[in-house]
Amino acid sequence: MFRVVKKDELTHKKEIMIRISAVILALIFVAIVMTIVGYNALEIFSNIIKGSLSSKYRIVETINKTIPLTVLSLGVAIAFKMKFWNIGAEGQFYMGAFGATFVALNFSYLPSPVVLTLMFIAGAICGGLWALIPALLKTKFETSETLVTLMLNYIAIKWISYLQYGPWKDPNGIGFPKIATFEKSAVLPKVFGIHCGFIIALVLVVLVHILLTKTKLGYEISVLGESQTTAKYAGMNVVKIIIIAILLSGAMAGIAGMMQCSAIEQTLNDKLSGGLGFTAVITTWLANLSAPLILVVSFLFALLLQGGAFLQSAMQIPASVAEVIQGIIIFFVLASEFFIRYKIVRVHKVEKGAK
Amino acid sequence: MKKSLFALIMAAMMALTACGGGGEATNENTETTETTETTETAGMKPEDIKVGFVYIGKINDEGYTQAHDKGRLALEEMGIECLYAEEVPENADSEKAIRDLIDQGCNVIYTNSFGFMDYTVKVAEEFPDVKFGHCSGYKTAENLSTYFGKMYEARYLSGIVAGMKTEANKIGYVAAMPIPEVIRGINAFTLGVQSVNPDATVEVIWTNTWYDPAIEKQAAIEILNKGCDVIAQHQDTTAPQIAAQEKGAFCIGYNSPTASAAPESYLTAPLFHWEKFYVDDVQRIIDGTWESRSYWEGLNAGMVSLDALTENCAEGTQEAVDAATEKIMNGELHPFAGPIYDQDGNEKVPEGTTMTDDEIWNMSWFVKGVIGSAQG
Repeated sequence: MFRVVKKDELTHKKEIMIRISAVILALIFVAIVMTIVGYNALEIFSNIIKGSLSSKYRIVETINKTIPLTVLSLGVAIAFKMKFWNIGAEGQFYMGAFGATFVALNFSYLPSPVVLTLMFIAGAICGGLWALIPALLKTKFETSETLVTLMLNYIAIKWISYLQYGPWKDPNGIGFPKIATFEKSAVLPKVFGIHCGFIIALVLVVLVHILLTKTKLGYEISVLGESQTTAKYAGMNVVKIIIIAILLSGAMAGIAGMMQCSAIEQTLNDKLSGGLGFTAVITTWLANLSAPLILVVSFLFALLLQGGAFLQSAMQIPASVAEVIQGIIIFFVLASEFFIRYKIVRVHKVEKGAK
Repeated sequence: MKKSLFALIMAAMMALTACGGGGEATNENTETTETTETTETAGMKPEDIKVGFVYIGKINDEGYTQAHDKGRLALEEMGIECLYAEEVPENADSEKAIRDLIDQGCNVIYTNSFGFMDYTVKVAEEFPDVKFGHCSGYKTAENLSTYFGKMYEARYLSGIVAGMKTEANKIGYVAAMPIPEVIRGINAFTLGVQSVNPDATVEVIWTNTWYDPAIEKQAAIEILNKGCDVIAQHQDTTAPQIAAQEKGAFCIGYNSPTASAAPESYLTAPLFHWEKFYVDDVQRIIDGTWESRSYWEGLNAGMVSLDALTENCAEGTQEAVDAATEKIMNGELHPFAGPIYDQDGNEKVPEGTTMTDDEIWNMSWFVKGVIGSAQG
C-alpha cells in the first residue's frame, strides 16, 4: 500500500529545516514523556535554561563544556566530510591528553608559554597519530574504520587507566590512584574568567571552515567523500589525502584533550572526557558538518549538559534526564535522515483480486 | 595545502602564547570578589541553612552512599533544606559539583569520598563563609572539617564472625583502593578473624573502584573461585554479596544492613551511622559553636556498629561478638594493641603497646595473615 521512494536531492535549506523540525518534535516528545513520568515539562525546560545561562558562573560552566565539544566536533567533521566514519574522537581526545600530560609532568620547569605550546603540539601529534592507525589500516587492508576507531577508544581509555593506576600514580597520593596535579605553568590561563581554550576553539572554527570550503585540500576531501573513483580519475592521490585529513581530524580531538586536562582537570585521569567524544559525533551530524554550525550546536548541547547537572540538584531528578533528551533528539534526527533521502508514497492496489 | 596546515598550527600557537601573559591578573580579581565578611560566632536559624551533599554513589546503592543519605534525611527531618549530587566522579567534576551546590545557595557542604579531598580543600579556600566537611580525608582548614567513623572497631567484630564461620580457613576480601582507610579495615578484620581462628587467612583482591556493581561482582567471583568460603568487602554495593550467594558461600556486607540482598549468605555487616555526625555538626552550626575539627568516633558514640547477626552465623558467634563489643567499648580491648606482626613476620607493634591514632590513620602495611599486596 505504501512504498518508499528515493527523493530528489534536497536543497541545503530544506535539509536544515527538516533537522530543526526533528529537534522540535523530539522536544515535544520529551515533554510528553516527562509529563507521563510525573514531572512538569515546562519546569524542566526552564530549569535547563536557568541552570545554564542565568548567572555568570553558569554561563562560564556552559562555555567550559562548549569548548571541548566544538573542537572535538571539528575533528569529526573533517573525517565525516570524507565519509571516513571516525567515531574515535573519544580515544584521540585521551591520547592527546596523554601527550600533553607527558609534557606537563616532565617539563613544567620551563616557562609557561613554552610548556603550553609543547603540550599543545604533543596533544595534536598524539591525537593525530592515534587516528592514523585506522586510516592506515583502511588504506592498506580496507578494514572498517567505524569498528577500528570505536575499538581504539577503549584501548586509549585503558591505557590512561594503566598509567593512572600504575607508572604515573602520584607518589604523594598515599596510595590513591591519581596522577599528580599539574604545576601552574602547565595550566591554561584564563581570559575574562574563562580558560583561554575558547580563543583556540574560535580560531579553529574559522580555520576548519576555511579549510573545508576554501582550500584545495578541502575540495579534495569532499570529492573523495562523494566518490573515491572520481577522485582517482581526477588524478588525486587518495591515500595521501586520507592520511592528511585524518591526521588533522585526530589532531583536533587531541587538542581538545590537551585543553581539557590542562584547563579543567589540571591532571589526567580515565574519566577526563565524560563521553564528550561520543557526543561530538552527534553534534557534528546535527551541524551538517559545517564549522560555524558546529559552534552553535555544541553550545546548545553544552546547555543541555550544564542544565542537566543543574536539574539534578535543583529538582532532585537524575542528571540522566539530560541524556534521555539527547538520546531522543538523536533518534529523531536519525529518523529525519530517512525523510531527507526518501519519501513514502501511497500507491493504489494494482493487482486486482489475485485469487 | 602545506601552507594551510602550517597556518593552522601557527595560529593556534599564537593564540596560546598571546593569552599566556594577560590571564593571571583577571584570575586574582575573581577570587577577591568572592571573599565577603564572615560572622563566625553567631548561630544560624535552621531555615537559613542549606546543606549540599556530594556523593560518590547513588542514594539507593544499598551501601555507602545510602548510609550517608540517612544523614541527609535526618537533617531534613530537622527542617533543614538539603540538596545533593550523586554519582560524582573523583576528578574535577567533583569540584564543579561543589561549586554548583554553592551556586544554588548551599552554605554547608559535605563531600563523602576520599578522592574529593583536594577539590574540597580548593573550593573551601575560595568560599570562607561556607562550612565544609570532608569524609575520610586528612586535610582541614578554618572552614573545613574532616569526619569519619572508627570503622576498624566494627571491622574487628565482623572478623570474629567470619573467623568462626569459615571451614576452608580461607576468607576473601573485595577491596577498593590501596589507601590507609581500606588497609586499616582489612587489618582490623584479619586481627578479628585470627583472634578466634589463628589458622585462617584473608586474601585481598583490589578493584580500584568504590562503586561499580559489575567489577565488584567479577572480583568477588574471582576470589570465591580460589576456594574462599566467606568474603568481606570494602565496596559500596551489594554485588559481592550476591556473588557469594550464587556461589554458595557466605558474605559480610558493609555500610548498610543488606540481609535482603543475599538472605542465604549474609552473616552481618559493619555499619556506619553517619547521621550521628551530620546531625551533630549541623546542630553546632545552629548553636553557633561550630568550628573546624577532625571528627573520628566509634562504637561508643554510636558512629559505627555491627549489624544484627543472621541465622547463617556459626553457633556461639553472638556470645563471642558480645564479649568483644563490651571489651572494646570499655577500653579493655583495642584491635590494634600489640603484639602485631606484618606479613613477613616482623614485629610492628610490641606487646604492651597500642598503635597511636596517627599510626592507625596512616597505616600502609598488611598484618600477618593477609594475602596480597598493600601497594595494590
